[in-house]
Amino acid sequence: MQDTFIDQASVQAGWTEKLDQLIAHYKSLPGALLPLLHAIQDELSYIPESAYPKIARALSLSVAEVHGVVSFYHHFKTHKPGRHVLQICRAESCQAMGSEGLEAHAKQCLSIDYHQTSQDQAITLEPVYCLGNCALSPAVMMDEEIFGRVSKADLEALIHDAKKAEAQV
Amino acid sequence: MSTIVYIPRDSSALSVGAEKVANAISQEAAKRGIAVTIVRNGSRGLYWLETMVEVSTDKGRVAYGPVKAADVSGLFKADFLNTEAASAKAHRLNLGLTEELAWLKQQQRLTFARVGITDPVSLEDYLAHDGYQGLKNALELSAADIVKTVTDSGLRGRGGAAFPTGIKWNTVLGCAADQKYIVCNADEGDSGTYSDRMIMENDPYVLIEGMTIAGIAVGATQGYIYLRSEYPHALVVLNEAIAKAEQAGYLGDNILGSSYGFNLEVRRAAGAYVCGEETSLLESLEGKRGLVRFKPPLPAIEGLFGKPTVVNNVISLATVPIILHKGAQYYADYGMGRSRGTLPIQLAGNIKQGGLVELAFGITLRELLYDYGGGSASGRPIKAVQVGGPLGAFLPESQFDTPLDYEAFSAIWAVLGHGGIVAFDDTVDMAKMARYAFEFCAIESCGKCTPCRIGSTRGVEVMDKIIAGTDRVKNIKLVRDLSDTMLNGSLCALGGMTPYPVLSAINHFPADFNIKDAAV
Repeated sequence: MQDTFIDQASVQAGWTEKLDQLIAHYKSLPGALLPLLHAIQDELSYIPESAYPKIARALSLSVAEVHGVVSFYHHFKTHKPGRHVLQICRAESCQAMGSEGLEAHAKQCLSIDYHQTSQDQAITLEPVYCLGNCALSPAVMMDEEIFGRVSKADLEALIHDAKKAEAQV
Repeated sequence: MSTIVYIPRDSSALSVGAEKVANAISQEAAKRGIAVTIVRNGSRGLYWLETMVEVSTDKGRVAYGPVKAADVSGLFKADFLNTEAASAKAHRLNLGLTEELAWLKQQQRLTFARVGITDPVSLEDYLAHDGYQGLKNALELSAADIVKTVTDSGLRGRGGAAFPTGIKWNTVLGCAADQKYIVCNADEGDSGTYSDRMIMENDPYVLIEGMTIAGIAVGATQGYIYLRSEYPHALVVLNEAIAKAEQAGYLGDNILGSSYGFNLEVRRAAGAYVCGEETSLLESLEGKRGLVRFKPPLPAIEGLFGKPTVVNNVISLATVPIILHKGAQYYADYGMGRSRGTLPIQLAGNIKQGGLVELAFGITLRELLYDYGGGSASGRPIKAVQVGGPLGAFLPESQFDTPLDYEAFSAIWAVLGHGGIVAFDDTVDMAKMARYAFEFCAIESCGKCTPCRIGSTRGVEVMDKIIAGTDRVKNIKLVRDLSDTMLNGSLCALGGMTPYPVLSAINHFPADFNIKDAAV
């Protein structure tokens, strides 16, 4: 379990310049904040708090407003997630096909709860409320890859593959 | 001669291995020196048969499914590309001609006419299958006549609220403004629904065409598709299709050489269910927290950035092209009562044959669940269905003969919503489902109004007491009282409709709450 907040972006080489580029690219767009936040998260896999003042200045907002938006939306992460994000659908259609069992199994396999990252930093576990794969429930998503009719064994294999792939890097 | 093989790129098909099947077919064909042209089409929506592989023949497409990558070498051994071969005909996965599959043949696909047939990102394919005929007709009409056509078709908002689309458009048309907007609500968050996703992934041009027609009709030059972040595949397809449509002059400053201009952009949502509510969606598009706005003013009058805005669901907009192509009457001839046209119904949850069924309004739940759905996936009796997403009522078996019609559902205190039907077998505990309804509301509440923000959390606590057996009768009365407050005091449908699943669960399934009857 990794709960300690480390603003890793501040130590990533070239990030300050990259952030400036992203701000310059998005700031004149109508309703620029969400597209900019998405672009930052696409780049870093989360949105570092250290970026808020710059974003706020560029968009004529207060830092509190930026914080308010980041924290409102479930999709935006304020902590660096693991190398993979595993989302398990908790919505009704998947519940009807046993997603509760999958949730428990994932938590057990990874020894973590939702919104936490496995000890080896491989997988962050998140709940999700519908992936639009309801005809093939239960569904899960690993990063941007979607899986349907997922059994406990399938889920274990997915977790295993994600961990193994990283070990080889 | 190269044989054309169709393998879906729809994300549900991908979720059961369509990519692996496509790779295996391509490799096996290369190994055997057989020429195949693989087309990544959309899904036909017979999801229990995915991955469904179709082989093009002069009699039509012959389907095989559900195909796994491991089946591929066996299919080649059976000479599956030569559909006349006895071995191909005898193969256990051979389904015959796709168009002759009863499940598909009995449907009335208007909005979904091309879905599963075409290559989603091929503009040529779209044009070859009646694409942009609606826009061509619209360009010949006055703005008022386009709006009248949509009004006369009887089309009502398919997002769930069922407000007449033409009347909404007419309000925007009547507003004088320097800028107007068309916003497509593609924040399809209801569990059990995926028809928006299917349109966007499998026939994106029909949505683009519908939005363009809407823009011309009301005088809007900018459109936004507010797409949920849980749909990464749809994002890729939409952006590719928009770029191609721009290049070919179907979007831009002079559409098809006319004086009309319409530009379109996809904006990613960020995982907030409440942003499916139109005013919250507009706040989010403006770059703010998705807090629900008070109405009035209506978004049609003061919408995005304070300008007149049409906010329509994907299916509503994607249905506009066929109405403009074939006429208002053609569409209005389908349906019953005040529910005109067709509804793309999505079968989901514990169902044997889940998928997309587009039919005229009027079919009953029972026909859908058993004739199309084939009963539950588990083989156990279906105990309850939830129609219309997490804010829809749970219906017991005694209500399965209700026809799909906005007014008929309203009469039994239920909603059709976005047409999603989630089936549960007899292992479901309805008290837990009622608790979940409150829990979901608590997680997704925008926090602006008290009944929703506080009521949902109190609801979870009271349900926990009921489930634990503490003062059951007293606490059920409390849930009813709380539901009354949420129903009548919430600012939007999230808090205002959470009582639908909660109270319907208590009323129809009292035994799950350990009470003798619902009259407490």
